[in-house]
Amino acid sequence: MLHIKCPHCGMRSQNEFSYGGDATVKRPELNKEISDQEWDNFVYNRKSLRGKHLELWQHLSGCRQWIKVERDTATHEIFKTLKANEDI
Amino acid sequence: MQKYSIFNLIKNAFSGHQKWDLAWKDATPKKEYDVVIIGGGGHGLATAYYLAKEHNITNVAIIEKGWLGGGNMGRNTTIIRSNYMHDDNALFSEFGMDLWRRMSQDLNYNVMFSPRGIINLAHSDAQMNIFARRGNSMRLNGIDAVLLNREEVKEIIPMADFSDNVRFPIFGGLMQPSAGTARHDAVAWGYARQADSMGVDIIQNCEVTGFDVSGGKINGVRTSRGDIKVKKIGLCVAGSTNILAEKLNMTIPVETHLLQACVTEPLKPVLDKVVTFGAGHFYISQSDKGEMVMGGDLDGYNSYAQRGNLPTLQHVLTEGIAMMPFLSKLKMLRTWGGIMDMSMDGSPIIDKTHIEGLYLNCGWCYGGFKATPASGWTFAHTIAQDRVHKLNEGYSLSRFNTGHLLDEKGLGTKTWIS
Repeated sequence: MLHIKCPHCGMRSQNEFSYGGDATVKRPELNKEISDQEWDNFVYNRKSLRGKHLELWQHLSGCRQWIKVERDTATHEIFKTLKANEDI
Repeated sequence: MQKYSIFNLIKNAFSGHQKWDLAWKDATPKKEYDVVIIGGGGHGLATAYYLAKEHNITNVAIIEKGWLGGGNMGRNTTIIRSNYMHDDNALFSEFGMDLWRRMSQDLNYNVMFSPRGIINLAHSDAQMNIFARRGNSMRLNGIDAVLLNREEVKEIIPMADFSDNVRFPIFGGLMQPSAGTARHDAVAWGYARQADSMGVDIIQNCEVTGFDVSGGKINGVRTSRGDIKVKKIGLCVAGSTNILAEKLNMTIPVETHLLQACVTEPLKPVLDKVVTFGAGHFYISQSDKGEMVMGGDLDGYNSYAQRGNLPTLQHVLTEGIAMMPFLSKLKMLRTWGGIMDMSMDGSPIIDKTHIEGLYLNCGWCYGGFKATPASGWTFAHTIAQDRVHKLNEGYSLSRFNTGHLLDEKGLGTKTWIS
């Protein structure tokens, strides 16, 4: 079981969280010419790194805040957790 | 190659079975090949076999980082089916069913194909309507499908929970009688033995470290056992696709996730069908050894760990016990995990790429094992002819760009949602 330290609530079990995917994916900016490739990269294409991976989780059964988690996808070790508006 | 037959079995009995030929040789990499297949799992081995058999291309190497059939080929729950609604999936899978039926004879290797039937349970009127629609689509594509009502299901699987006060009562189910299971390792070994006999080099313990690409063309592959010159490379690495894509500076519409499975202690024959729970994600069958083989949801976050976490297992088995309460009395024998190449619409990719000579086979999600023969057959065609076959036209890499998605389950791009 993963233990995720919510930056708002502290250490909690994985059961309280739901996953939100790669946190480095950026939605193309509005009011700008956007190519199909840019949309593809936002919607479909993923690096899915082996090793350190910055990802979104939601503390669904807790404070319901979205947070960022830096986790190793090979060992499941969690290095760091951040509030959603913080950058690593 | 020695044929496996009753006569050879008797003949070899006289020498105490000490003089059988090796099923395949332990090859060392040559400097140059016509085609290199990366990944010595089911799909890679099948691809090499059909390259040799159907296209007469035998100067082929299979490069495998670990051991033959040691990835998802050795970790799946052996289910074979073609109960798809969309034409591209249905026709591809049904072509595969034909190959499965002939496989033991074709490979001269008993893969223990057991067409015992699969039942997808429905738990509401709405779900029965959806299954009727899927069943009709299947029948239009020449696939057998039978819509069962509650009583008919009860006759086939009386051990399921048919009491009235359950959260998800069984309303009926959709059965594909010709679906079934096979001995997964035998499939890998059968393909390996035949491919080897036709001249394919199976190179294990050989990791790909990089690619030699220039002018938009593949020229070779760098491995832990030396560089290999080659004009055509087939990528067949399932859960490791993203790792190799990174070495090729490609980002692909695939995420790597963890899927667990488990077996109970062996028990006497109780279940002669594959059964899936319709109100969640759980499937079960009984192996020839008597173990109940079960699986369900992804662990739900990107992972390369090949081992799972207990919360998901608990969740999946709760569904199992809701469906068949007797399971709660059984002891768990083993649990394990494999890494899935989850594509963004739930359907696979078998296609050429923007790099000349590089062919991609990935995105098999939960359903890689059953696709082994059809995947190998169409991928071999795509590599040999340098164009996709009609059967894998729908599995293009460009569909994510053009919008021609094959979203069989209607789940969208959130691959971790099960």
